[in-house]
Amino acid sequence: MSGRVLVGVKRVIDYAVKIRVRPDKTGVVTDGVKHSMNPFCEIAVEEAVKLKEKKLIKEVVAVSCGPQQAQETIRTALAMGADRGIHVEVTGKDYDTLGPLQVSKILAALAKKEDAQLVILGKQAIDDDCNQTGQMTAALLDWPQGTFASEVSMEGDKVKVVREIDGGLETVKINIPAVVTADLRLNTPRYATLPNIMKAKKKKIANVKPADLGVDLTSRLEVLRVDEPPQRQAGMKVETVDDLVGKLKETGHI
Amino acid sequence: MLSKVAFSWRDALNLEGQLTEEEIMIRDSFRDYCQEKLMPRILMANRHEHFHREIVSEMGELGVLGPTIKGYGCAGTSYVAYGLIAREVERVDSGYRSVMSVQSSLVMHPINAYGTEAQKEKYLPKLARGEILGCFGLTEPNHGSDPSSMETKAKYNPSSGTFTISGSKTWITNSPVADIAVVWAKCEDGRVRGFILERGMKGFSTPKIEGKFSLRASATGMILMDEVEVPQENLLPNVSGLAGPFGCLNNARYGIAWGALGAAEFCFHLARQYTLDRIQFGVPLARNQLMQKKMADMLTEITIGLQSCLSLGRLIDEKKAAPEMISMLKRNSCGKALDIARQARDMLGGNGIADEYHIIRHVMNLEAVNTYEGTHDIHALILGRAITGLQSFTVDK
Repeated sequence: MSGRVLVGVKRVIDYAVKIRVRPDKTGVVTDGVKHSMNPFCEIAVEEAVKLKEKKLIKEVVAVSCGPQQAQETIRTALAMGADRGIHVEVTGKDYDTLGPLQVSKILAALAKKEDAQLVILGKQAIDDDCNQTGQMTAALLDWPQGTFASEVSMEGDKVKVVREIDGGLETVKINIPAVVTADLRLNTPRYATLPNIMKAKKKKIANVKPADLGVDLTSRLEVLRVDEPPQRQAGMKVETVDDLVGKLKETGHI
Repeated sequence: MLSKVAFSWRDALNLEGQLTEEEIMIRDSFRDYCQEKLMPRILMANRHEHFHREIVSEMGELGVLGPTIKGYGCAGTSYVAYGLIAREVERVDSGYRSVMSVQSSLVMHPINAYGTEAQKEKYLPKLARGEILGCFGLTEPNHGSDPSSMETKAKYNPSSGTFTISGSKTWITNSPVADIAVVWAKCEDGRVRGFILERGMKGFSTPKIEGKFSLRASATGMILMDEVEVPQENLLPNVSGLAGPFGCLNNARYGIAWGALGAAEFCFHLARQYTLDRIQFGVPLARNQLMQKKMADMLTEITIGLQSCLSLGRLIDEKKAAPEMISMLKRNSCGKALDIARQARDMLGGNGIADEYHIIRHVMNLEAVNTYEGTHDIHALILGRAITGLQSFTVDK
């Protein structure tokens, strides 16, 4: 076993920022807006680093797909304890249309190239909320998957994953190599310490192009329009329950 | 001449663009800690005058104690990073930042700069981790701005190879709960020297100062020394005279110059939001000219202050800084921050005196910050002497 874990980290608009739609309705304003690592990706990195600290795995490799700025996100992962990074350069129009299908093709190619025994991802990104990349990556690799993980433990050549599902918690045991996606309660990500931030400077980030991995970035999706959510309308007060039922029928709600 | 650049009131002269990626990461990581872990504690800590000793260990874990020291478990980062760290802590509370400054600049720095290898190995790693807490004993009840007249004496005993130290120090941050104290005492040759005293030494006591209305979240007390026997290994051998304590103070003053602006920024941002939210006479308070003028003044002073601190930090990192530069900026940042906090308090009206709105706590704190580490007036005299060549500290020539 290579003992290598691949962790995907995505650069997204910071969760605290108030999102504004661009005047041309093609997307949201990103210029000059604060970006940071997707919170679920932080949890994924934390889990990988924890596994390394427990000596259950040997190396954590952080991967991000995007333009130059994606390197900042990889640096943050390195500061949290990842050993090295891979920056898959995707810019311009390709970056605008980059989605789970393209990213999972890239991750699958890298997982094979790096001989990874685990791929840990955040369950979803807070910008598109797709919740697809982990699942697609596993399918492309034909690997088992443990998604929405709230607990991960290595048991020999298997991984035990406790999953958060609608009905409660489900425990699965899957063979390595596998894909795991991190849910909120998996762990609490550490603050990057000063010494680790400084050590991160010396860690290597390799530059790779999607073409080098044989990945075609063509998107099958076209964004037609992006709008703000509708303005919240004022409510209205009714006198009786009959009035309420009548109003609901009137507006077609029941 | 002017390209299409949007003005940002949060960062009016683009300080962000002048920082390295590493400095930004350090600032961001530590800001998250301060906002998520320190901010929730401060209201009650200040109200009930409770010092959370744990924060020293937490900061130690993050590696922000003694951050500019190289080796001994310290991060070895730039002075600009130290300033950014101070600004983030003081954005929460000046008391917390005082604790950090004392540990880093007034305890770890003298041991690193003036101590023996054995002393460095013994104390620095534990201080860096926050495992032990230190304090700095210079000020006395009768000698504040005038440390050269200190009455604390150290007498050498050749037979036992020890020094006997007697005297009292006051206004000592951390002393009531400190494990060690770097105490400055006058030796028989009339020279001031530094000694490391440890909790448990006979005759060493640290009563708490009661009735403080400033820096309440930090423990402040006296250091009383009644014939304390200190082994000669605890003398800091590589400095004598006031250059020793002043070297430490300059180190701390630099951090304070950044820190005070963090407190000012907090007050400015809060007052801005408050005046946007509060409606009087049918419009937000922020619609009023008097409010806007106050905010324009705050924005200007904070922005200019931060630029000066960045310049100074870079000069220190290049070893091109003089102490008077630090005096100038400590004085400016503290004076301006106190003013900003008071103005902000006023903008909040009645709510401004409630600790839940935090500003009154900064107003109280900044009174001490403006006074300690060299009062506003004393730094003016330091600059006056540099400007004219004439000292005006004493009445004789």
